Amino acid sequence: MKTGIIHSIESCGTVDGPGLRFVVFFKGCPMRCAYCHNPDTWSMEGGEEMTVEELMEQYEKKRPFYKDGGITATGGEPMVQIDFLTELFEESHRRGIHTCLDTSGTMFKPDDEEYLKKVDRLLEATDLVMLDIKHIDPDEHQKLCQRPNDNILKFAQYVDSKGVDIWIRHVCVPGITINKDYLFRLGQFIGTLRNLKAIDALPYHDMGVVKYEQLGIEYPLKDVKPATKDMAVSCRNIILQGVADVRSKMS
Amino acid sequence: MKEAWTGFNGGAWEKEINVRDFIQKNYTPYDGDASFLAGPTQNTKDLWEQLLGLQKLERERGGVVDMDTKVVTGITAHGPGYLNKDKETIVGFQTDAPFKRALHVNGGIRMAVQACSDNGYEVDPEVVDFYTNYRKTHNAGVFDAYTPEMRACRSSHVITGLPDAYGRGRIIGDYRRVALYGVDRLIEDKEAQKAATPDIMTAEVIRDREEYSEQIKALKQLKELGNIYGFDISRPAENVQEAIQWLYLAYLAVVKDQNGAAMSLGRTSTFIDCYAERDLANGTFTEEQIQEFVDHFIMKLRCVKFSRTPEYNDIFSGDPVWVTESIGGVGIDGRHMVSKMSFRYLHTLENLGAAPEPNLTVLWSTRLPENFKRYCAKLSIEYSSMQYENDDLMRVTHGDDYGIACCVSSMRIGKEMQFFGARANLAKCLLYAINGGVDEKTKKQVGPKYRPFTGEYLDYDEIMAKYEDMMKWLAGVYVNALNIIHYMHDKYCYESIQMALHDAHVKRWFATGIAGLSIVADSFSAMKYAKVKVIRDEDGLAVDYEIEGDFPKYGNDDDRVDSIAVEIVNKFMGYIRKNHTYRDGIPTQSILTITSNVTYGRATGNTPDGRKAGQPFAPGANPLHGRDTHGAVASLSSVSKIPFMNAQDGISNTFTIIPDALGKDDKVIAGDIDIPGFKPAE
Repeated sequence: MKTGIIHSIESCGTVDGPGLRFVVFFKGCPMRCAYCHNPDTWSMEGGEEMTVEELMEQYEKKRPFYKDGGITATGGEPMVQIDFLTELFEESHRRGIHTCLDTSGTMFKPDDEEYLKKVDRLLEATDLVMLDIKHIDPDEHQKLCQRPNDNILKFAQYVDSKGVDIWIRHVCVPGITINKDYLFRLGQFIGTLRNLKAIDALPYHDMGVVKYEQLGIEYPLKDVKPATKDMAVSCRNIILQGVADVRSKMS
Repeated sequence: MKEAWTGFNGGAWEKEINVRDFIQKNYTPYDGDASFLAGPTQNTKDLWEQLLGLQKLERERGGVVDMDTKVVTGITAHGPGYLNKDKETIVGFQTDAPFKRALHVNGGIRMAVQACSDNGYEVDPEVVDFYTNYRKTHNAGVFDAYTPEMRACRSSHVITGLPDAYGRGRIIGDYRRVALYGVDRLIEDKEAQKAATPDIMTAEVIRDREEYSEQIKALKQLKELGNIYGFDISRPAENVQEAIQWLYLAYLAVVKDQNGAAMSLGRTSTFIDCYAERDLANGTFTEEQIQEFVDHFIMKLRCVKFSRTPEYNDIFSGDPVWVTESIGGVGIDGRHMVSKMSFRYLHTLENLGAAPEPNLTVLWSTRLPENFKRYCAKLSIEYSSMQYENDDLMRVTHGDDYGIACCVSSMRIGKEMQFFGARANLAKCLLYAINGGVDEKTKKQVGPKYRPFTGEYLDYDEIMAKYEDMMKWLAGVYVNALNIIHYMHDKYCYESIQMALHDAHVKRWFATGIAGLSIVADSFSAMKYAKVKVIRDEDGLAVDYEIEGDFPKYGNDDDRVDSIAVEIVNKFMGYIRKNHTYRDGIPTQSILTITSNVTYGRATGNTPDGRKAGQPFAPGANPLHGRDTHGAVASLSSVSKIPFMNAQDGISNTFTIIPDALGKDDKVIAGDIDIPGFKPAE
């Protein structure tokens, strides 16, 4: 049996998927998003090694709480540990537990057949993918996250082709993603996804700053003010316009 | 059928005093949403404005607006009091003016005098003289009988908050009876009970006969209270306004008569709804009028006040009355008991704004209707003024007509009462086990002189054995102190009007309680999974502890330590049960220090779990502050392992969460149903 490197567990997840959820934070992430609020999950070091059995045991003890929810894998980037993640979701499905994958999609390798087989197996056991698209513009994405977004957008389409439900998350950062053109384009892109079920526009917050201080890393967005809820609402509306635009052309 | 009952479904309730039967035969479960509710009327707004003014005045005057220093309170001691007689649809105050605090002396004259003097008032010397030299009080009785050991435990705070100088409270009269039957019928019933006592005059029979007489006297006074406000409550209520008014007068009589630690209302909403439904069907009142009655009723409950000392308020972190009203729940026939009136009661938060009283308590079940659950969630987020209790758990023991007294004590309305028993400080008891009964703060020998622990590192097995002995001792002193207290309370401060609204033979819960559970569990966990070094002072007394290594902490759903908490609860309950209890009280135990945890912390030295002297305990069965690191569900899961059968008087968990952490705001997340122009792609 494989083990996973786990950062921590939140037993009362209320914002990471439908219902009340058991949220597993995986260690490891290759993205370096400027606004990341979990920099302590970037490296694989310092995590706790856990088996699927151990995680399931913890879940089962609290199962009545999760009757309208399930398990969410997040992190870090859970797909860094895709083999363990797949085992976890497959075991969850055997037990009738709803599975949700919170991912950036950055690990996706569209041209690697071996890898695609792994992704197929994972998606087979996944009920919902919450895909966090950091930026729709390739150059801006590279600047914001130090990684390209072409494979991320392909991942979105790949998930969609497998018929898995998708929620799109998007962090609204003043001066970076809060931009009419970008948001509208994002809407136009995600509007083409048939299995899109929800859009979650999150106002950027700076609650991660403390962690940066603890880790001795300089915080990249020092000069950016947190976004308000109202700003996120207007962002969401622009994204929705993009969705509506592309949908009207599709039919 | 009586005319007042026309339109109701008949049943056993017509022949006997049986409110539950009336409710079951007549209530209408409501599955709809909150859209039927009416906003506040102009009169409601005006009255509330007036009350806010009084509240402001009260704060400006440092806590009280006025205190009665001459008239000893009683059901009929005062003339009528009003806010604005023309605008109030439900009337009645504890004295002849709103916010004027009554003079309660039967609990103890010293406390009454002090409560006044601390607030700058002086009790009439004649009253003081009378209640010191001619009429004995509960407090005087108790101190006549206390043993030196009990006094020592009381001063060291290993037993705290004993109701020996104030009213015990925690009794809920069935106030609904007055509305349904009228007072005359209740008097008849009590006369019959008195006539039915056995002929041989044992002490018990004599006491029963005297108590029935007291109850009848109180009912007659209740009728008189009705007259004072211009109502003939000898007869049953004839509409919803009268039903609320009659019920409130019964409750008012109680808070005029008793200054108890918790003066709860019971479970009245769905009962009242039977009248509301009838009136709506007959066109007697509109929804707006009915909501106005409810708003005015709740406003009155928000005005219930007692004279208390700053020390008392310190223990309870405020000036609480615990006017707890239990709402919802599920009937034993499987129908939920949410009615429109359940919504109307909660809706007062929207019409009047947030308030700590009345303590609106939802008897929560997974089977409550979805619309009601949503409404509760919405109001909890907006007003943070609601309490939740697990009906699925309590219904098994108490059926479907129980209510909550104070914050968690469950009892069947009119059939069960409780002897309130404050709490034993189990964390301090652990320190006594280590130090052979010597108090860690005063260095006095309070507990028995058992051999202290002398090793360098605390040994789990040895300390557990010592702790068991110390808990046995503590349980004995504690229960016996309570025996004295309740004997004297019955004798000198008997709750005649509340007991008049009970059946002839009631079940008495003998409610003990514990504080410091998470500290004890973590301490033993530290001994077992880490090393706890004892630091001793110059007298050899263990005064501090150094922990080497990490250990599992209660509140993380970790059985290694949660099982210790369960073991402690079971053991202490077992030791409590070994003792004789006054009036065949059935021992129960609570883990519910919702506010007094700060005071207990102040009275307790360093503990082996790493908590420093003076630091607050966790409230109730909560984990110690900051020690639960796996999220709220894990924390709740630890609490849920505590067996209800050994903590039947209630297990509390104080839970604070910012609304945003409860889930997504509807405005931010757009689900598939509300994306405009969103056609599913083909």
